Amino acid sequence: MYPQDLKYSEKHEWVRVEGELATVGITSFAQEQLGAIVGVGLPEEGAEVEQHAPLADLDSMKTADQVFAPVSGRVVKVNRALEEHPELINDDPYGDGWVAVIEMADPSELDGLMSAAEYEAFVAEEASKG
Amino acid sequence: MTMPLIFERSEAGRKAYSLPECDVPRKDVAELLPDWAVRKSAAALPEVSEVDLVRHYTKLSQRNHGVDVGFYPLGSCTMKYNPKVNEDAAALPGFTSLHPYQPEELVQGALELMYELGRYLCEIGGMDEATLQPAAGAHGELTGLMIIKAYHESRGDGAKRTKVIVPDSAHGTNPASAAFCGYKVVEVKSDARGGVDLDSLRAAMSDEVAALMLTNPNTLGLFDENIVEIAKIVHDAGGLLYYDGANMNAIMGIARPGDMGFDVLHFNLHKTFSTPHGGGGPGSGPVAVKKALAPFLPVPVVEKKDGKFVLDYDRPHSIGKVKAFYGNFNVMVKAYAYIRALGAKGLREASENAVLNANYLMRKLAPYYHLPYDRYCKHEFVLSAAYQLAAGVHTADIAKMLLDYGFHAPTVYFPLIVKEAIMVEPTETESKDTLDAFVSAMIEIAQLAEKDPEALHSAPHKMVVGRLDDVTAARRPVLRWRPREQANAK
Amino acid sequence: MNYVPHTDRDRSEMLAQIGVSSVDELFSDIPREVRLERDLRLPKPVSEYELARHMAALAGKNTTADDLVSFLGAGAYDHFVPSVVRHIVSRSEFYTAYTPYQAEISQGMLQAIFEYQTLMCELTAMDVSNASLYDGATAVAEAAAMACRQTRRQQVVVSAAVHPEYRATLKTYARNLGIEVAEAGIRDGATDFEELEQLTSGATACVILQNPNFLGSVEAMGAAAEIAHRSGALFVACVDPISLGILAPPGEYGADIAVGEGQGLGSPMSFGGPYLGFLTCRQELIRNMPGRVAGETHDSQGRRGYILTLQAREQHIRRERATSNICSNEALSALAAAVYLSWLGKDGIREVADLCLQKAHYAFDRITAIPGFRPASSAPFFKEFAVRMPVPLEQASAVLLRSNMLGGLALGRFYRDLGDAMLIAVTEKRTKDEIDSLCRALEGLA
Repeated sequence: MYPQDLKYSEKHEWVRVEGELATVGITSFAQEQLGAIVGVGLPEEGAEVEQHAPLADLDSMKTADQVFAPVSGRVVKVNRALEEHPELINDDPYGDGWVAVIEMADPSELDGLMSAAEYEAFVAEEASKG
Repeated sequence: MTMPLIFERSEAGRKAYSLPECDVPRKDVAELLPDWAVRKSAAALPEVSEVDLVRHYTKLSQRNHGVDVGFYPLGSCTMKYNPKVNEDAAALPGFTSLHPYQPEELVQGALELMYELGRYLCEIGGMDEATLQPAAGAHGELTGLMIIKAYHESRGDGAKRTKVIVPDSAHGTNPASAAFCGYKVVEVKSDARGGVDLDSLRAAMSDEVAALMLTNPNTLGLFDENIVEIAKIVHDAGGLLYYDGANMNAIMGIARPGDMGFDVLHFNLHKTFSTPHGGGGPGSGPVAVKKALAPFLPVPVVEKKDGKFVLDYDRPHSIGKVKAFYGNFNVMVKAYAYIRALGAKGLREASENAVLNANYLMRKLAPYYHLPYDRYCKHEFVLSAAYQLAAGVHTADIAKMLLDYGFHAPTVYFPLIVKEAIMVEPTETESKDTLDAFVSAMIEIAQLAEKDPEALHSAPHKMVVGRLDDVTAARRPVLRWRPREQANAK
Repeated sequence: MNYVPHTDRDRSEMLAQIGVSSVDELFSDIPREVRLERDLRLPKPVSEYELARHMAALAGKNTTADDLVSFLGAGAYDHFVPSVVRHIVSRSEFYTAYTPYQAEISQGMLQAIFEYQTLMCELTAMDVSNASLYDGATAVAEAAAMACRQTRRQQVVVSAAVHPEYRATLKTYARNLGIEVAEAGIRDGATDFEELEQLTSGATACVILQNPNFLGSVEAMGAAAEIAHRSGALFVACVDPISLGILAPPGEYGADIAVGEGQGLGSPMSFGGPYLGFLTCRQELIRNMPGRVAGETHDSQGRRGYILTLQAREQHIRRERATSNICSNEALSALAAAVYLSWLGKDGIREVADLCLQKAHYAFDRITAIPGFRPASSAPFFKEFAVRMPVPLEQASAVLLRSNMLGGLALGRFYRDLGDAMLIAVTEKRTKDEIDSLCRALEGLA
């Protein structure tokens, strides 16, 4: 149920790796939990981010959440379309709803992320905890 | 039928205003001001006649619910009746037409009122000195925390004490005020009885903690029986206790935050002391403190010297000013009048009846709605739509349906620790008849949730508009009107 | 009096329903040691008639600005408030409501706020407005905090010619938020632009000027905006809304945030409050804007309606990461402003501003023609100006008061080098005769 070609974080981000570049978004599970996303605060292109540090703000109707950087590096591109159309994250979390592209500083950080199967198990466990 | 905006009633050349003639020799604006200082394009304010203006806003008022219209059980907001005599008093020119910089000898009545109100509030809260400067509850929180910070700094402890502890049931303003005061927020859990979890508090406590912010009774409407122990834990570690006075209506004349161990508290005059909330303000959030913290109060403080009331600015340790002038004076007039009308007996009765009303409602509703904390409540209580959720009915649906019965909805989805929360605060000024009518409505809604959930999903049905699309409002914010041509061009 | 409607019978039925024999039982969970075992020490309760008399007596101990002819301004102004404003804000459907959390039953207030926002955008020529803040002073402080969040910088530069109480409030907020405040001095009644430029750097989040400034002078706001923008800082303009009938609005000179005190828009002086803090800004900044905001939307049948929106910025959702801790604001004062501005309309706002401008200049010309009375500045001004006087100001104020006039603010209280200067405000309410009387009284002093 989660795309096989992606890596996943415990904070419910996904990562698509192409060479040194990591495209980051949030999972379908995360967007469902948040409900209708109504606003996105994007980082500046060129900003340096540390792994686990806040990368972007996500506002839904009932909560204000954050996207955390699953890997360290430099933000080389952000999805400006989200500023006008935050619903893209709800409608197409793995496609048009991507958040940012990070040029990775340390690709070995990817090893700490989960596979699709591991993430699915992780989500199931979270859900059972209530 | 769409209600036009005042701009849509505008017709070029119409006017409502009349202004005095220019009785001094008029000069050309170009003679008086350099060209760069002058406005280039006029502000497109609406042009309407006076009667159209009056009808427009009268119609708008008719599309609004207030305490004078009907029951308003909005939890944590204490929507009690706002006595009319207080409005009359506050409208006296002797209060409204005072300039804040008038010489003290011309405003002795105003200063006396402020001085006495400060003393009354100290007595009610069990505190020593007060400031009336903060303009609202959250402003009071911020002011109180600044005072706490200044206190710790004066003891050489400021750099170390960087954290403020807030329970997970707290009002959103508590963590926001702490952050706005430069503090890091640490959350502690609630225990099974709805109070502060003592182990959680002990674990969070250290010499890095500046204060614990608490409201008692808390946002579940429950009195924290461990308050003495809580105060001891915080004080032993050198921290201070901040009391959020939003729930003060439960305990006037019965128990005082100062006696529970709190060091700083703010009052919401627009909740406990009957001043109207004005549809979103003005409020007033006086802060009272224990003696050790008094040197840090904002300037000026009203003092009585040789039988005269004066504004004392000579307080070298003061945090400074948190607002221009002295606070929302006109709101203070109403709170002062309220306290004078009720006296000690009346205030105590107000709290007793607020608690009676809340417990009565809670008992009547408990068979129909999930009551997550089943014990005596104080001035308010929290239900959950857990039973109704099984039928796919959410708290929001229940809230919207209540509007059709002519009631304002309770506070919903708060506190955050209760899923699908419904927070009901009836206040003491509501009659048994009103409470019974509310109970009937809530029971009918509970029955409807089982029979016809769809009717609830589409509520309200009888308002001037149906349920509004909040998601689109947030995604595509339209925050001002534009003429049609401009709006289309955008 | 306690405004409680219960009869004894009601009460006993309710107690029976709860299953207790007395109200005291409901308080049994309050530990003995924290109970108040005595009555509160407060004055004894009074009847409504006695209360009304007492309040009237207290009010009567004050001498009001209406009893006198007032030339006192300095941040609180004696502008005319038309009757319609008082009548509308006295509608209890408005004033006895809470914040409009349930939109469908609160359309009146929400639409009024939406209209207020539009009016303030028009007046300041900015894109968006919030639903109000506490007052002018806190609006300046909120704007500074907003600029710091937006630019991720922690220093602000403020002119010493900004209202002293606003700067004091700004400094209180800033100290606690870890924001550094640098102050640019005054030269000839206006901001010293050389110093402003020196203080502004790549570390500056915003530059704050007031127009007209506290001394009444019109500032070169466009030049200040350029200084700010050259360093990537925002420009915050604190403005007198009445002046915008004639003076250039913030949107015309490149301000990013406009704030100010809206008391003059239909609120009485009320000894300093409640007033009306306003804040408008450029569209790009809305995510960092503090406070409530009303937005237009529709229901399922396409009917237009209004709702509080962009709430994820606010404390009840974002908690410690909120743009501000503000919750209650000054909605009723905002309603007063909406009614007042609609009463004035497009021509009225210009006319009231022109009256202030003309009368203040007449007063200025006459006073500075009196031997020994000198202008404190050569800068252009709007409705307020500072005059250096040849006699101690306490003496001048006392003489004016004896002639039933409330003199202007003695500026020495806030500015050491202006110890001999009085700040005189002239609104549209002052007549030529009143101004002439002022001049005669001052002439007697020369």
